[in-house]
Amino acid sequence: MDKFYYDNRIARMFAFACITWGVVGMLLGVIAAFQLAFPALNFSEYFPHLAFGRLRPVHTNAVIFAFVGNGIFTAVYYAIPRLLKTPMWSKALGRIHFWGWQTIIVLAAVTLLSGFTTGKEYAELEWPIDILITLIWVIFGINMFGTILTRRERHLYVAIWFFIASWVTVAMLHIVNSLEIPVTLFKSYSMYAGVQDALVQWWYGHNAVAFFLTTPYLGLMYYFLPKAAERPVYSYRLSIVHFWSLIFLYIWAGPHHLLYTALPEWAQSLGTVFSIMLILPSWGGMLNGLFTLRGAWDKVRADPVLKFFVVAVTCYGMSTFEGPMLSLKNVNAISHYSDWTIAHVHIGALGWNGFLTFGMMYWLIPKLFKTQLYSRPLAATHFWIGTLGIILYAIPMYWSAFRTYFMLSSFTPEGQLQYQFMDVVQTVIPFYILRAIGGTIYLCGVFVMIYNLVKTAQSGEFVAEEEAQAAPLAKNYVAPAGSIWHSFIERKPILLLVLSLIVVGLGGIIELIPTFLIKQNVPTIASVKPYTPLELQGRDIYVREGCYNCHSQMIRPFRYEVTRYGEYSKAGEFVYDHPFQWGSKRTGPDLARIGGKYGDSWHFNHMLDPTSMAPGSIMPSYPSLFENSIDKVTTRSKIHAMRQLGVPYPDGYEAIADQDLDKQAKSITDKLKTENKIEIASDKEIIALIAYLQRLGKDIKAEAPKLSNQ
Amino acid sequence: MKFSTYLEQIMGVSIYPIISLLLFVVFFVLTTLWVYSIDKKTLEEIEKLPMED
Repeated sequence: MDKFYYDNRIARMFAFACITWGVVGMLLGVIAAFQLAFPALNFSEYFPHLAFGRLRPVHTNAVIFAFVGNGIFTAVYYAIPRLLKTPMWSKALGRIHFWGWQTIIVLAAVTLLSGFTTGKEYAELEWPIDILITLIWVIFGINMFGTILTRRERHLYVAIWFFIASWVTVAMLHIVNSLEIPVTLFKSYSMYAGVQDALVQWWYGHNAVAFFLTTPYLGLMYYFLPKAAERPVYSYRLSIVHFWSLIFLYIWAGPHHLLYTALPEWAQSLGTVFSIMLILPSWGGMLNGLFTLRGAWDKVRADPVLKFFVVAVTCYGMSTFEGPMLSLKNVNAISHYSDWTIAHVHIGALGWNGFLTFGMMYWLIPKLFKTQLYSRPLAATHFWIGTLGIILYAIPMYWSAFRTYFMLSSFTPEGQLQYQFMDVVQTVIPFYILRAIGGTIYLCGVFVMIYNLVKTAQSGEFVAEEEAQAAPLAKNYVAPAGSIWHSFIERKPILLLVLSLIVVGLGGIIELIPTFLIKQNVPTIASVKPYTPLELQGRDIYVREGCYNCHSQMIRPFRYEVTRYGEYSKAGEFVYDHPFQWGSKRTGPDLARIGGKYGDSWHFNHMLDPTSMAPGSIMPSYPSLFENSIDKVTTRSKIHAMRQLGVPYPDGYEAIADQDLDKQAKSITDKLKTENKIEIASDKEIIALIAYLQRLGKDIKAEAPKLSNQ
Repeated sequence: MKFSTYLEQIMGVSIYPIISLLLFVVFFVLTTLWVYSIDKKTLEEIEKLPMED
């Protein structure tokens, strides 16, 4: 028998980080939610860094990578050593992993608020941080595999499979989606453009949900649920089928985020079919979780941990039923760009991730401090507050989504659109307020938990090193006769890793490669030309301010969209868009064909005070754009980077790009002066942004401006 | 560094979803068969792992 010690310190560190960042992430969400209802809360004149467009990515990144991320690591560092009867392979790597991850989170918050962003949802972090993430992820992987390879338990429990598959898939997704060309220290352009960028992004985005928010948390469920229920999982066989079919299917489903867009039709259908099939493994897993409590439902009444787990698993079931439904084209027509998506992800985030995390904490903290939970009634109160918060969050969002759809798609008998976009904005504000209240209530529940857990910790004594004993693995092991399965994969973690990678790689390869290689998938439109230097600078301002968080640039082929926004979008229109800016939510109207719709002065006044041009608007104002100068130092490297990416700027254009920029800027300011009596220096950022907005969607009308040398 | 236009078009692209579907069905059937071939004793041993500490 070997005697060894489990290191509880690292689990405690991750648990504390998880709760701390959870509060931060949720608080930012609440603030962002109130900003939508009360635009004054953007405080644009004082803190341009806190406008919704910059805050919302910090909220999503904080909740996904800081709250859930640290939740995953808490579970991994607690469960893996115990399941494998060995301490983590390296204490030092664990510490590097912990501090590295927290550094990434802080850097993420600072850079995103400062406007350094790639403009790709949930992958907004710029290239130096992307590299740091890769390094820390590898360190985490080395530590995890080191532990697995030095284990004292021959069998790998299914939770570990989920952790392994999550690790390898997240690595693959992160690397492929983050391929970008650096322009400056904190600015890069995505390697892909337009349709291809969109496909890679949503292949990543969907699977960030799958392999960051779902599979590692399933590992957590398969470990902590049986522990809390004090009985093994309902069916271990089912858990294996759950694992393999889930990771196989998930990776294909990304294109369901791009239904009715300019993505090739066959890729959209593929996404839909695999999304529908996902119901089976997901519900298999949900039922496996719930059935684990068979004969133990009396415990659920008394034990807050199980209460949280039951609602979490139920929310998993609800989300994974809703997800496939949303990927049906006719349902997606209603839900896409609407608050339905927001409701859907929050059932997952608040219900599944949140409640599973809370359940884990209520179970884990008393164990780490060798004591009992300070107050069960208080935990039950948290449970009810949280549940109420989720309900009050979700229902207004569903309501708002349907209301929005019915209003936007209705025509008068004469064939005119019945409502202006602003009518819709006005009508959903009360729902935004209710949602923000729901979120606040949920956050209050978290504070109740923190109080309870602090009291628990104070009442006990922290067990830094937990003693355990186990026999080392026998060297000359012979698998029992007839257990082909057992010797094939169960005992071979590296093979498991490789097989997982093949299974998740398949979907990516079949979906991505044809879209990349084949001309037919992205038909060329001769009149689509590269952006002028001024427009390019303006586009980068658009990305920096996170306009894509509320505005799409993708008109779907529906009568009510074409009438409202203009000709539907074509794949060939986006070939120079590094990154694509199709967006996923329309809190404001689509901008794909905004170019030429209004005069320059309209945009000028609108950015200064949106309500002056659009009464009732909830958009933040952007006074800083009228003070900051265009960063012309970067024009040269931006044009150069774009050419490297295949954008056909003439040779040597870098050298004269700024002349073109000045000329175009002057023509805009001159026009503003003569036609509208507006005086502004032509080097201000607002001019670049106007130039970009006025270009949008014009190319297929063959009105693209000419570059010098052309 | 430009990704498109290596091939003009893709012949019979409709076969792609069918191939993927078949891949999955075969994979799923094999996994299920494989899972049912595990002997019960091993299974009971493994599923008790979280309870051991």
